[in-house]
Amino acid sequence: MSGRTIDLDHAATTRLRPEVLAAVEPFRSERYGNPSGTHALAREALRALDEAREQVAALLGCRPGEVVFTSGGTESDVHAVSGGLPPRPGLPVCSAAEHHAVLDTVVALGGRVVPVDRVARIDPDALADELDRLAAGARSGAGPGAGVVSVMLANNELGTRTDLSAVAEVVRRHAPGVGLHTDAVQAAAWLDLSVEAAAADLVSVSAHKLGGPRGTGALVVREGVGLRPLLPGGGQERGRRSGSVDVAGAVGLAVALQASVDERDRVVPRVAARRDRLVAGLVERVPGLRPTVLGSAGVGVLPNFAHVGVDGVEAEPLLYLLDRAGIRASAASSCSSGALRGSHVIDAITDAGAPFRGAPLRLTLGPDTSGADVDEAVTAVAAAVDRLRSHAGRAVATGARAG
Amino acid sequence: MRVLVALSGGVDSSVAAAELRRAGHEVEAVTLRLWGGPSDSGCCSVSDVEDARRVAAQLGVEHHVFDFSDRFTERVVEPYVADHAVGRTPNPCVECNRHLKFDALLDRADVLGFDTVATGHHARIVDRAGVASVARGADAAKDQSYVLHPLLDPDTRRVLFPVGGMTKRRVREVARSLGLRTADKPDSQDVCFITASEGRAAFLSSRAALHPGEVVDTDGRVVGRTEAVELVTIGQRRGLSLAGGGGRRYVLDVDVPARRVVVGPPERLRRDHVRISEVAWNGPVPTGPVLVQVSAHGVVRPATVEGTDPGASTAVLRWDEPSPRVAPGQSVVVYDGDVVVGGGVALP
Repeated sequence: MSGRTIDLDHAATTRLRPEVLAAVEPFRSERYGNPSGTHALAREALRALDEAREQVAALLGCRPGEVVFTSGGTESDVHAVSGGLPPRPGLPVCSAAEHHAVLDTVVALGGRVVPVDRVARIDPDALADELDRLAAGARSGAGPGAGVVSVMLANNELGTRTDLSAVAEVVRRHAPGVGLHTDAVQAAAWLDLSVEAAAADLVSVSAHKLGGPRGTGALVVREGVGLRPLLPGGGQERGRRSGSVDVAGAVGLAVALQASVDERDRVVPRVAARRDRLVAGLVERVPGLRPTVLGSAGVGVLPNFAHVGVDGVEAEPLLYLLDRAGIRASAASSCSSGALRGSHVIDAITDAGAPFRGAPLRLTLGPDTSGADVDEAVTAVAAAVDRLRSHAGRAVATGARAG
Repeated sequence: MRVLVALSGGVDSSVAAAELRRAGHEVEAVTLRLWGGPSDSGCCSVSDVEDARRVAAQLGVEHHVFDFSDRFTERVVEPYVADHAVGRTPNPCVECNRHLKFDALLDRADVLGFDTVATGHHARIVDRAGVASVARGADAAKDQSYVLHPLLDPDTRRVLFPVGGMTKRRVREVARSLGLRTADKPDSQDVCFITASEGRAAFLSSRAALHPGEVVDTDGRVVGRTEAVELVTIGQRRGLSLAGGGGRRYVLDVDVPARRVVVGPPERLRRDHVRISEVAWNGPVPTGPVLVQVSAHGVVRPATVEGTDPGASTAVLRWDEPSPRVAPGQSVVVYDGDVVVGGGVALP
């Protein structure tokens, strides 16, 4: 194994940016005040929290009062989708390709899951039909209407982007007054949320996907959206999220978001070009490897996402061999035992007729991924796939341990 | 050597990994996720995986989890249910060793560049006239050679059983001396995919149709009823509520289609031979006297193999003394002394 490792799993998490580390440190040491207090140390903390909130609001295109700091993407998603503690406004509705934080919450609350197309975007007609059914049920008194609609801005497995304004239009026409939530956890590092998420009433982001600290996120709750707290208690965050606010985390999110916005114009074209080079290299070098969504006409994909299906191999040994070659990659979600489990996103697009085959392989680049990294990854994937395929061929040829 | 050790989360495989490290091998560990449903150690055996991971960390060994649950369901659980449904008595541990540990895992280890696979089984690999063979472990009470009988040369050459030469007591001593968290963990019991609280009957009844039936004596008189003929095993004595006295009565026969169980005195169970199918010999077919074991920790009885065509898929084992009838579906394992020379599945 060479000593060099290449991180192509930036969708899982990212390394803390140096400027974030520097900005956060004082709030973990001498400036440790609780912003809920009244003395000087507390006031200093509150001022830092206010500044962080204003910075995040400016970057996300909302007002400071609309930013609720949370423990991360999952809390933001669960809060937005559940509507907080009961009584709840109605049934949540989401797409079949949502992150489990959204999907499992919707299912647990008896909500509705709407099919997606072959690239994991919600089917607008199916959404309209579902909203019509819920509205009809509510009118006849047969059931509650829609409570909230949740559609992710970019898919966390495939990177597929969804045009949220089109979704908002469907919601406006078929369920007027119902809120639209978007999980922008993967998108936040790469897209201008002040534009792309403008149509959403609720927006989830997470700091650690963009070089910020883990355990911090935010939920944008636009003015006028009634949202009960998920965590009652001391009434922090205007009563929307109790618990002593993690000032260091809030500062970290603000600095990380600022850094990724500042570098975006420079970084996005470069990362997209390297991603395209990666995919082109893989397609050229590995027969039977197909990009899952990239290259589909009219489909927007996050600039750092490459998701492919590799025919004739299994994900588990492929990832093992890549890891041994120093390439950090991912297949899909894993369960609490650490084993890989099937991907509901792949299931959802397959249901829609996507010709997905073989082992799912997700390679996600970061701002610093180099051309050499990409070329090395192509070589490593080609070598691993060759090894797995020649082994499979040998086993078949010799009939080894058939059965 | 580059060794992949299968860590189950129990003490035996923990010590196996420790012994491999002590011997200076390059070791990585894997825990197989076999059963996605509930087990006695939580869903997907999460707590066993955690024990395995912590032991690996303590030993300085990389730990991986491989998901073989689809294959386990297909090759072990579904046949287990199907066998019961037709009145056979399967050995799921034998099938797991045959299809998972020493097929899928060996195969996976090979492609990932490992020279051998090690497990914590109480068994040994010995050379018997040039054939690498499974033999009994040093601790007779813990010996697992019976459930390993499908493992044949050359696969046996790529397998290590580091604790096979140790007593269980010694294994626990080693684990304690190393401070391994699994040192005093109880041995696993029964079928791993059925929880103690659910039980076999509930597990099977939710997956296959079970039928009530009548229990008759050898004269055809009805002496009782059973709630599920599929759950009755030949040779069984307990668990049937029978009317009348008349001494100890054993299950002599189970006729699932007729929904009938026949009971009678033990001498009526005796047979002078057992026919086996799916026969696999490790090396030449034995021509002299052999020892035969028909259950995991059962009695060993002398016999002779009849019909020694090496290619035949069935064989007859003739007992030296009349012996209790073997329940169809049971694994029948043939030994030369302590060494496994072959085995098969009992036919009706």
